[in-house]
Amino acid sequence: MANDPIHQFQISKLIPIEIGGLDFSFTNSSAFMVATVIVASAFLFLTTSSRGLVPSRLQSVSEMSYEFVASMLRDAAGSQGMRFFPLVFSLFMFVLVANLIGLFPYFFTVTSHLIVTFALALLVIGTVIVYGFMKHGFGFLKLFVPHGVPGILVPLVVLIEVISFLSRPISLSVRLFANMLAGHITLKVFAGFVTSLSAFGAVGVVGSILPLFMTVAITGLEVLVAFLQAYVFAVLTCMYLNDALHPGH
Amino acid sequence: MFVTPGYAEEVAPAAGEAHTTDATTAHTETGAEHGGGGLFPPFDTSNYPSQLLWLAITFGLFYLFLKNVVLPRVGGILEVRRDRIAGDLDQAARMKSEADAAVAAYEQELAEAKARANAIGQKASDEAKAEAAAKRKEVEAGLDQKLTAAEARIATIKANAMKEVGTIAEDTAAAIVQALGTGKVDKADIAAAVKAAGK
Repeated sequence: MANDPIHQFQISKLIPIEIGGLDFSFTNSSAFMVATVIVASAFLFLTTSSRGLVPSRLQSVSEMSYEFVASMLRDAAGSQGMRFFPLVFSLFMFVLVANLIGLFPYFFTVTSHLIVTFALALLVIGTVIVYGFMKHGFGFLKLFVPHGVPGILVPLVVLIEVISFLSRPISLSVRLFANMLAGHITLKVFAGFVTSLSAFGAVGVVGSILPLFMTVAITGLEVLVAFLQAYVFAVLTCMYLNDALHPGH
Repeated sequence: MFVTPGYAEEVAPAAGEAHTTDATTAHTETGAEHGGGGLFPPFDTSNYPSQLLWLAITFGLFYLFLKNVVLPRVGGILEVRRDRIAGDLDQAARMKSEADAAVAAYEQELAEAKARANAIGQKASDEAKAEAAAKRKEVEAGLDQKLTAAEARIATIKANAMKEVGTIAEDTAAAIVQALGTGKVDKADIAAAVKAAGK
């Protein structure tokens, strides 16, 4: 049971809550969402509380993450895009901290659940659609008609553009979810090899060195993936928001 | 020995079709019991409402907290720092321009002082030259005067000497004649002879 690599994604109810026939229980997933938010908020809040002109190390981590996301958004969507800065920064920090917390053994990874990443992706695409129509009206639909396409190809191109637009929330959410899921399963499988091989005596212990080494290496890789996926999520968010701001390409 | 689990799995199909089916069913059943909903947890729709609700609550609060507290604060810190750096750079630039102005003023003063010193030197040397020239002229004038006086004196002395030459010659001639013993010679004759010889 302990070696079941899927077990770590199991949701268990901590406080059962049911409203209108739907299950809104406070689960371990909810608990780790709360933990993610508290850790991220507390870090950002406490490290910047001294408002040092010359930043301490931790304060510069907060400042660097701020400037990192700000320059990412400015590069992708221009200075107009800065109105979405709180959203992009929240997404980046939430995904990053959730990914990193999930790396601790026995901790639950919030972003390894498709519904969570899909909800975040829908939030992004929903923002793009709502803001795009608010700002440009039906001009937003120019997004689907690129410039300089010969008339006969327009229906085909529009079809492709619409499909690519609709697949964005799916690719955005599945990318993050699948990376987290696959990474954690791999880690669990290799770690499981270590314990099951060690059960076979001296030869097994020697044989378990390789999976142990792999586990260490993959843990390092997973730290990278945790950062990278948060970055990718944020960058793609910026690019989609750019479409809302400048639909004419 | 230690490949037993894998070996067992390989053996299972060989043991018979019915057995395998049983095993798979059993496995699925244990999975079902274990998974609660009987599905791979991320695809178990029964937990979606709870996930969505708590995500909305937590992420919503996170967003509001960041938007209203953290981001203005970090932005403020960065702004203050940028302003401070810009201010410091401005001040440095101002001080540099002041220093440059001071250097320029100093150099101008130096140039003026040099010019003044040159002028004073020039004037002094001119005055000294003029004075020397005047003095020389005075000295030369004095010398000229003395020269002319001396020349005049020489001329008078010469004239006197020349005047006396005649009488000396007459006296000498009379004395010579007397010494020759030719008797008394008239003084007038001697004078006439001297005059004739002097011509």
